[in-house]
Amino acid sequence: MRVVWVAVVFAVVVLASLTIGERSLPPQVYLDALFNYDPRDPAHVTLLAIRIPRLVAGLIAGAALGLAGTVMQAVTRNPLADPGILGVNAGAAFALLLGTTLLGRADEAIVAILAFPGAALASAAVFALGGGLRGDAGPVRLTLAGAALNALLLSLVTAIVLVRQESLEVFRFWVAGSLTQATTRPLPEMALVAALGGILALLIAPRVEALALGSALSRGLGTRPGRVQAGALTVVTLTTGAAVAVAGPIAFLGLMVPPLARLVVGHNLRKELAVAALLGAALLIFADTLGRILLAPQEIRAGIMTALIGGPVFLWIARQVRPGASS
Amino acid sequence: MNLQAQDLSLGYGDTAVVEGLTLDIPEGKMTAILGPNGCGKSTLLRALARLIKPIRGRVVLDGEDIHALNTRALARRMAILPQAPLAPEGISVADLVRRGRTPWRGFLSPWRDEDAAACAAALEAVQMTDLADRPLNELSGGQRQRAWIALVLAQEAPLLLLDEPTTFLDLVHQIDVLTLLRTRNRDTGMTVISVLHDLNMAARFNDFLVLLGPNGLVATGAPDTVLTPDNLDRAFRLKAQVQPDPVTGNPMVFPL
Repeated sequence: MRVVWVAVVFAVVVLASLTIGERSLPPQVYLDALFNYDPRDPAHVTLLAIRIPRLVAGLIAGAALGLAGTVMQAVTRNPLADPGILGVNAGAAFALLLGTTLLGRADEAIVAILAFPGAALASAAVFALGGGLRGDAGPVRLTLAGAALNALLLSLVTAIVLVRQESLEVFRFWVAGSLTQATTRPLPEMALVAALGGILALLIAPRVEALALGSALSRGLGTRPGRVQAGALTVVTLTTGAAVAVAGPIAFLGLMVPPLARLVVGHNLRKELAVAALLGAALLIFADTLGRILLAPQEIRAGIMTALIGGPVFLWIARQVRPGASS
Repeated sequence: MNLQAQDLSLGYGDTAVVEGLTLDIPEGKMTAILGPNGCGKSTLLRALARLIKPIRGRVVLDGEDIHALNTRALARRMAILPQAPLAPEGISVADLVRRGRTPWRGFLSPWRDEDAAACAAALEAVQMTDLADRPLNELSGGQRQRAWIALVLAQEAPLLLLDEPTTFLDLVHQIDVLTLLRTRNRDTGMTVISVLHDLNMAARFNDFLVLLGPNGLVATGAPDTVLTPDNLDRAFRLKAQVQPDPVTGNPMVFPL
């Protein structure tokens, strides 16, 4: 029953994002634009060149972040784990800024290529610093390692921006993610990458569930903690990398979605992943649509909207955690 | 399932905790590993469960060195409940027990009827069917321990190892957990090996005792041959009398 509600919310949000905007479109335009596309009709252009790419970008980035957060929280047993808080977003942003500064280019190919090593290095560093290599990554240690790395990377980002004026433009975009530049982003490629991450997550889900019971019990259940963590790390890198390449850093989405998914299906990782992908996409598209309406004709970036929604949710989750209950 | 330790030396780093230990665990019986703190009881159990690599010697399951066996295949034959397993925040008993099916689930295999049946049977065996949907952290200590035991029972391995399964429980819940294991052992022929602290409880519920002392193995065998004043002195430096339990006839230890 709750799953049906998730599907309904998802459908409503998708429809709202297609219909709400500066230009209001009559209903028949939607079918016409799909089946009789006329490049001279501004309504058709609005739909196919602006709203649909934006929707697709939201779907990819939102679903990817939902998956990334779910896997991170399952592996670390930490309900506050999130690619933003654990420094993975900052890693991607830093790599991107460093790369564009050194290479002097900021086109979409570079963006897609650079976001990945940044996200990968940052997530590997958090796991290593947080004790993940020994298979006993505790909730507190991982969060501290992530927060420290996040602060370090963001200060490096600031340092680059302060030294080099011309990187300010790139920084302005990458400090808070947005779906506005969807048409210039490598959407099909990143959809594929996020899908690969999602499939890998579904495959290793039972092993990740075992790993969450601690190193000794998970080995007794026939899994190898090191391999499972490497698999989970790959999932987080693929999905976060794809999300950052499409939308820039989106704060708090990976944090908010997994607890909601658990409310819907309980602690059942394969189902959690499916629901988290749907909810993540719905939440990001909702944030983007709301950002278009609130101060119209001005837009608030989706990354800022998710942070505005996510801050209070973060506090709510933090208050739910019993001291010592998950240590 | 025949489990043996052959000339086993165990330890962490350079310091050996257990040296040259040879042991034959009787099949289909209840075995308890006893001894003072720091004598290597848990270390021995962890080595039998392949959680640590021996410095020397080997652990043999049905004629094969357990370190040569496939990890998942071993998990279908041998289950281990460690001392302080971790549970995700807010997990329900049913979702916890489900994870006991991990060794039976492949990358592509969906949740099957036999998985659901094994979990239902495990919950039934620990009498927690009614509490299946309750969050683990809202249960009492005794109920929580039964939920963890249901998880390893759902694993359907013929050999079960438990590291101090009764340590944090009161007397009633200790009896509860040990009775549950005893019943399971009698009903299914499952071999149970546990590390225990309470000598009288160990004597009452087990067929075979392994008594370790500060200098290694002191005695193995039936409770009345192992729990003698002489052995207790060697293992614990404890002066004690041993009398038959007036109710069950098992040996009972009275420290002097």
